[in-house]
Amino acid sequence: MTNQILIAIASILAVPIIGGLLRGFDRKMTARMQSRIGPPILQPFYDVIKLWNKEKNITHKNQLIWAYGYFGFIITSILVFALGRDILMMLFVLVLAGVCLVLGALSIKSPYSHLGGNRELIQMLAYEPMLFLIALAVFLSTGSFNVNVIIASGTPLIYSLPLAFIAMVIVMVIKMRKSPFDISLSHHAHQEIVRGPVTEFSGKYLALIELAEWYEMVLLLAILAMFWAMPFWAGIILALAVYFIVLIIDNVFARLTWPILLKFTWTFGIGLVILNILGIYLLRK
Amino acid sequence: MGLVTNSRVKSPWILHFDCGSCNGCDIEILACLTPMYDIERFGMVNMGNPKHADVLVVTGSANRRNARVLKNLYEQMPEPKVVIAIGSCACTGGVFNECPNILGGVDKVIPVDVYIPGCAVKPEAIIDGAVLALGKLAEKKAKAKEGVRA
Ligand code: SF4
Repeated sequence: MTNQILIAIASILAVPIIGGLLRGFDRKMTARMQSRIGPPILQPFYDVIKLWNKEKNITHKNQLIWAYGYFGFIITSILVFALGRDILMMLFVLVLAGVCLVLGALSIKSPYSHLGGNRELIQMLAYEPMLFLIALAVFLSTGSFNVNVIIASGTPLIYSLPLAFIAMVIVMVIKMRKSPFDISLSHHAHQEIVRGPVTEFSGKYLALIELAEWYEMVLLLAILAMFWAMPFWAGIILALAVYFIVLIIDNVFARLTWPILLKFTWTFGIGLVILNILGIYLLRK
Repeated sequence: MGLVTNSRVKSPWILHFDCGSCNGCDIEILACLTPMYDIERFGMVNMGNPKHADVLVVTGSANRRNARVLKNLYEQMPEPKVVIAIGSCACTGGVFNECPNILGGVDKVIPVDVYIPGCAVKPEAIIDGAVLALGKLAEKKAKAKEGVRA
């Protein structure tokens, strides 16, 4: 029990540091790929500390509940994962977090905010089916939704789920808000629909959302690492390699429109996972 | 310098408002974002949203039409914030001064912290002015604290 509490506290404290460093690395690498010098690695921390100490400017009190909700639910899903519990539960909590962000955007009468909220919903529509099918594929190949059991199952998941892994990378691109699928909120085009769902969030609450995104990013990387959980370092290398590939994709592609996003994920993305699931069935017989 | 002030100085997010300049100064501001000058290495990011910005960068002279918009944008920015007037037009009205619709420089409408003259300003001058503005941003923090204590 004390062990588990320690793991919980450690993950809550360590994850934002890892996330912030990764985000700083992201900005630096992106700058280098565009032959710029780029901000220091610690830049994301400066941004968040600055935002946290800005004047509180609230459009509507409801908005705060949703900002805290987004943050809280993501922390909860991190805990579910770190304590090795049910992967399906974790995904449901993650959906709740996404819904909080959308409701936060929709709770204010601002056209940009609404547009951002709607686009965020479209993104969720694109990646959620893939995520749940991936969870199903993991269950079919290991016989459990439990993270501890999955990790202890021995052979790396990626041998039996290579296609599902590729689908997970696609989810990663959408969730990390990278081109070509950063249709609701982009890290580079700060003027794009005036920043989508976070239009009306400022100061501390924007910092809270930024922090939540770091947690979410590390959680997704941890899910990727789960595909090669034994030995431990192999998973970490795998996740970091995918992170780097996502950065390259981000810099190579232009931003696409939402119909293309939906068509792509609902045919190619979901198709990949279903093929993988069929493969598991056929090989077993 | 404390951690917070340090972070503030290292992460100024910019909002650019064009009060009807001839576009000369705007192009120079955009030049600062290019790999040649790359102001992102100072943590400066060009925002499109006043609620996220710390530095308001204004080009062009204030007139009766845009004064309301300018004021609105300024008021939407959370404290602490600084305003930079870029180009002769924004500083004094420039070549448009004394036209019937022109009020004059931007400082006729909102308080300006740093003036960068030039027609059009050089990117080097803009970066210079931005560094000056960051000093003011740090000072503002200190003053605000004194005000609370007093
Ligand atoms: S200062 Fe000169 S270049 Fe700048 S907006 Fe005015 S006229 Fe154009």
